[in-house]
Amino acid sequence: MTDMITMDLVSPEKLLLSDEFEMVVLPGAEGDFGVLAGHSPITSSLRPGVISIYDGDTEKERIFVNGGFAEVANDKLTVLAEEAIYIADLDRPDLEQRIQDAREDEEDAKDDETRRRAAENRDHLQQLLDAMG
Amino acid sequence: MANLKELKNRISSVTSTQKITKAMKMVAAAKLRHAEEAANAARPYAERMDNMMASLASGMVGRDDAPKLLAGTGSDQRHLIVVATGERGLCGGFNNSISKAAGQRIDKLIAQGKDVKVLCVGKKGRDALKRKYGHLIIGLVDLSGSKRISFDDAQPIAQRVLAMFDADEFDVCTIFYAKFVSVLTQEVTAQQIIPASIPEATDDEASDVVYEYEPDEEEILAELLPRNLSVQVFRALLENSASEQGARMSAMENATRNAGEMIDKLTLQYNRERQAAITSELIEIISGAEAL
Repeated sequence: MTDMITMDLVSPEKLLLSDEFEMVVLPGAEGDFGVLAGHSPITSSLRPGVISIYDGDTEKERIFVNGGFAEVANDKLTVLAEEAIYIADLDRPDLEQRIQDAREDEEDAKDDETRRRAAENRDHLQQLLDAMG
Repeated sequence: MANLKELKNRISSVTSTQKITKAMKMVAAAKLRHAEEAANAARPYAERMDNMMASLASGMVGRDDAPKLLAGTGSDQRHLIVVATGERGLCGGFNNSISKAAGQRIDKLIAQGKDVKVLCVGKKGRDALKRKYGHLIIGLVDLSGSKRISFDDAQPIAQRVLAMFDADEFDVCTIFYAKFVSVLTQEVTAQQIIPASIPEATDDEASDVVYEYEPDEEEILAELLPRNLSVQVFRALLENSASEQGARMSAMENATRNAGEMIDKLTLQYNRERQAAITSELIEIISGAEAL
């Protein structure tokens, strides 16, 4: 039995996940880093990207986060993210359709504010699509 | 006889009022449960953010290069007051007590010769402050569209405040809201959100740990502070919505009880009138019979 690390994933609205894993790979602001049990205490900001959770050699779960923070201390990993989505829940054709819609919204926008919002939406969806790999 | 009919009408009208207040009380109770759940669900994030803030910020205090959001602009001449109230009335003194507290603070600041700007969140606060401080109100955030407060409601408010701060339009920002203590008590709270007050570390064991920072402390703090602001606003809004429902629930309970008392009183009066009418009718018949 290998040592496990406890991971809490919290969004402002609720605690999304609290469980034990063998290894978690985080999209750190300065590059991805893996966290195993016994990791030294670290606080890092995260860029938008994918958190990969491993059990043994297999990747068990992939979660997209829209930036945030991670803190490791005493074999406990806390991830603060404003948005987190399980990659498994995503659907590629649907996502592509939504990007297309957002692009059309952007072109049809009548004022700057709506255009900006549509562009933001599109970027966001694009990031999700990229994360699916 | 007209009097009897009037009384009857009044009784039925008070009864239907009572039905409404009773229903509103029940709705408020259900909403209160949701609001409390939401507030509890938001707690883990806020607590961890507080811990992170505490460990980061304590190292920054007193340093010249500390971010402005933490250290302030060095002046406290211009104030921004965010008044968070409800969108709807019929909730006892809830909206009133918040706007009153905010009004008192505004008066005090003006008396000290400070510049004050007011940002209202929720129509009711604006309505209450409009007459006296209309020229100070710079905007209204309308939340009536969202049934349940989500983080997406809080973020635009925080961004607006941040944009104003970046544009150097104020030095100190305080948010007024009602903290939910229990169904019966809501505490009007004034919380300073800019410059950020440093939370006490709640986790004792964590505070001894020496962290490694990536990228570095300043950069993380610079990213953390704006997010922390959103979280503070979000927390205030959640507390507020729980308080509003709590206040509405107890106000409606009082109203239901008062309506009940009124119905009892009116019914008693109605029965007396009815009896008097019957008595006088009897007297008329008897005296008529006697006269024959």
